[in-house]
Amino acid sequence: MNTTMTYRDALALAAAKEMDADPRVFVFGLDVPDHKRIFGSTKGLVEKFGSSRCFGTPLSEDAMTGVAIGAALSGLRPVHVHIRADFLLLGMNQIANVMSSLRYMSGGALRLPLVIRAVIGRGWGQGAQHSKSLHGLFGHFPGIKVGLPTSPQDAYSMLRAAIRDDNPVILLEHRWLYDIEGRVEEEYVPPLPGPAVVRAGSDATVACTSWMTIEAMKAAEVLERHSINIEVIDMRTVAPLDEGIVASSIAKTGHCLIADYDWLYAGFSAELAARLAHRCFGALRKPIERIGFAPVPCPTTRPLENLFYPSAVQIIRAVERLLDLDSIDLSQELFYSYEERFKGPF
Amino acid sequence: MLSKGEGLKLYRQLVLIRRAEEAIRTFYHENDMKTPVHLGIGQEAIPVGVCHCLPNPRTAFGTYRNHALYLALTEDTDRFFAELYGKEGGLGRGKAGSMHLCAPAHGLLATSAVVATTIPLAVGAALAHAYRNERQPVAVFFGDGAMEEGAFWESLNFACQRSLNILFVCEDNGLAIHASASERRGFSSISDVIRGFRCCVGSADGSDLVAVIEATNRLRAEMASTSQPGFLHLRYFRFLEHVGINEDFSAGYREAPDEEERNALDPLLRFSAHLDMLGCTASERRIIETEVDMQIQRSLSLAKEGLFPDAAALYEDVWV
Repeated sequence: MNTTMTYRDALALAAAKEMDADPRVFVFGLDVPDHKRIFGSTKGLVEKFGSSRCFGTPLSEDAMTGVAIGAALSGLRPVHVHIRADFLLLGMNQIANVMSSLRYMSGGALRLPLVIRAVIGRGWGQGAQHSKSLHGLFGHFPGIKVGLPTSPQDAYSMLRAAIRDDNPVILLEHRWLYDIEGRVEEEYVPPLPGPAVVRAGSDATVACTSWMTIEAMKAAEVLERHSINIEVIDMRTVAPLDEGIVASSIAKTGHCLIADYDWLYAGFSAELAARLAHRCFGALRKPIERIGFAPVPCPTTRPLENLFYPSAVQIIRAVERLLDLDSIDLSQELFYSYEERFKGPF
Repeated sequence: MLSKGEGLKLYRQLVLIRRAEEAIRTFYHENDMKTPVHLGIGQEAIPVGVCHCLPNPRTAFGTYRNHALYLALTEDTDRFFAELYGKEGGLGRGKAGSMHLCAPAHGLLATSAVVATTIPLAVGAALAHAYRNERQPVAVFFGDGAMEEGAFWESLNFACQRSLNILFVCEDNGLAIHASASERRGFSSISDVIRGFRCCVGSADGSDLVAVIEATNRLRAEMASTSQPGFLHLRYFRFLEHVGINEDFSAGYREAPDEEERNALDPLLRFSAHLDMLGCTASERRIIETEVDMQIQRSLSLAKEGLFPDAAALYEDVWV
C-alpha cells in the first residue's frame, strides 16, 4: 500500500503494524496514551492494543529507561517514548552505562532489543531545555544505534526497522517534521538505513541531519535558480556511521558542507568531517564547511532563535564560500516555510 | 524447618562462596586477577537464603559485590575464575571482570558497578513477567547505599504502583564504601520508610541463613496474598575492606568486632551450629569442604592455564 500521510501518522502506523505483528512489542512513556498522544504519534495504539501494551509512566526517566532495558532482557521489545529528548539526560546512566555496554560485558550472551523515541528541535520558543538533539552524544557510546528520520517514509520504515532490530536504537524526531506529508510505501521495511541522496547535484555535497535536510532542499531550490546544483544527502542513521555515500558524492563534486542539527564542538559534524577529510583528501578542492547550532544555549525569543538555528540561508552562504561565488540576493526569498505553519504552545 | 539434605546443600553453597573468596585473597597478590574485587565474606547467607526460597525459573539482579549471588545461583567456579583471570572461557569472555558477572542461563541477568543501576532493570523484568501473566519470581539485591539513589525510589514507586511481583533485597552492611549510615541517611528506619509505599516489608539478621530463609518465605507469602512487591531488609557485616582483599579495621572508620561478635556475624559458623541440630555430622561437613576445595583448585588451574581472548574479540559482542 502506498498512501500519502503525515510524519506523525507514519509513526503511529509503524508502531501499530509492529504491535500487530509481534505481541512482544509495547509502547510506553510519560503521557503516551493521554489525549494528546505525543503530538499524535501514538494515536490509536491504546484503543487497539489496550493499556497493557500502551501505557503512561511516572516522571521517572532514569528508572523507566532501566525498566525498558530489563523488559528487553526478559524477551520483550519495548518502545520508550519521550516528548523531548532533553529528558533523556535523566536516563543517561542507563543509556551510557547499561544500554550501550551490557551485551559486550556479557560476552555476547545478552540482547537488548529496545527502541527509544524522542522529539527534538524547534517548536514554539522551546528554549535551552527543550531543544537539544543529542545524536552526537548518544552516538559516542559504542553499542547504540542512532537514527534521525526526516521523511514520512523514513519515519515509518526506520521505526519499524528499529523495533525489529535486536540492538538498542534511539530515534530522534524533529518537532516540525511531524506536519510534513509524503508518500509512504507500507510494505517497505529495510534494516535501519544509511545515508540517502535525496537530491542529486554536481556542484557541492551537502550532508544533513534531520531538519537540515528540509533547509538544504530549500537552499537547493534557491541555488538552482542561480545555476548551482547541490547534492543533498540525508544522513538518517548516524551511529553506526557509514559515510561511503557522502564520500562518493564528494568524489563527484569536490566540495562538502555538513549541515548538522546540533552544536559543532565535538559533535557529529566533527566526526563526519574528520572521516571525510581523511577519506576524500585528494578529491576535496576546499576544506569541508560545517554549520550547526550557535555555540550558546538555545534562546527563546524568535529573533535570537532564528540566529541560533542553522538555516537554508546559512547553507546558501556556505555553498557560496565553497564555490567562490558572489553573495546571492536573498531579500525576495521566502524561508522558514514550515515554521509559518507551526503555532504554539508546544 | 530445613531437611538434612537441604541443610547440606545450603552449607555447600556457603562454603563454596567462602572458599572462592578466600582463594581470591590467596592469589590476588600475584596480580593475575586484574579486576577490582568486592568480596562477600560475611554476606553469604543473603543470596544463598533468598535464592533458596525462589523456585526456578527465577530472575535475579545484583551489584558489584556479586560473587556470592553468582555462586549461589550457578555453583560454577570454572567460568567465574576464568573471568577474574580475564580469560576467553570466562562468563563474559574477559569483558565483565568481577563487577559485571552474569549468568543468564541461571537467571542472573545483570550486575553493575554503578550503585542502584540494576534495580530498574529488575523492575523491567518483573514487568515482562506481568506482561506475559507469569508469576516467575524476580529478586534484586542492592546495598543500603543504593537507597540514596533516585533510581531506587523511582523503581520502588513504579513497582508498587503497578503491583509487580518483585522482591527488593537490601543488603545492609551500614557502610557506603567508608561512610556510615548516620552520615548518609535523613531517616531513622529503612523499614518504616518503605512501609509508606504499598509494599510488603520484612527484615532479618542477614548473618543467619535460617532467619533469612524464614523471613523470605514469610514475605513471599505476604506478597502472594497482597499481590504487592516485597522489600526485605537484611543486616550483615562486611568483614573486609570495600574493595580488595584485606581487613581494614586499622583505618579507623569502624571498630573491629571481638571474637564473640565475629562468631555471631559469620554466616558459616552460625549455620554450622544449625546443621548440628539437623543431625549433620562433622564428617559430612568435611566431605563437602574437601569437595569444594577440589572444585576450586581445579577451576583455578583451568583459569590460570586458559587462553586470553584473541585480538579479534575486542570488536566482537558489541552488536547482535
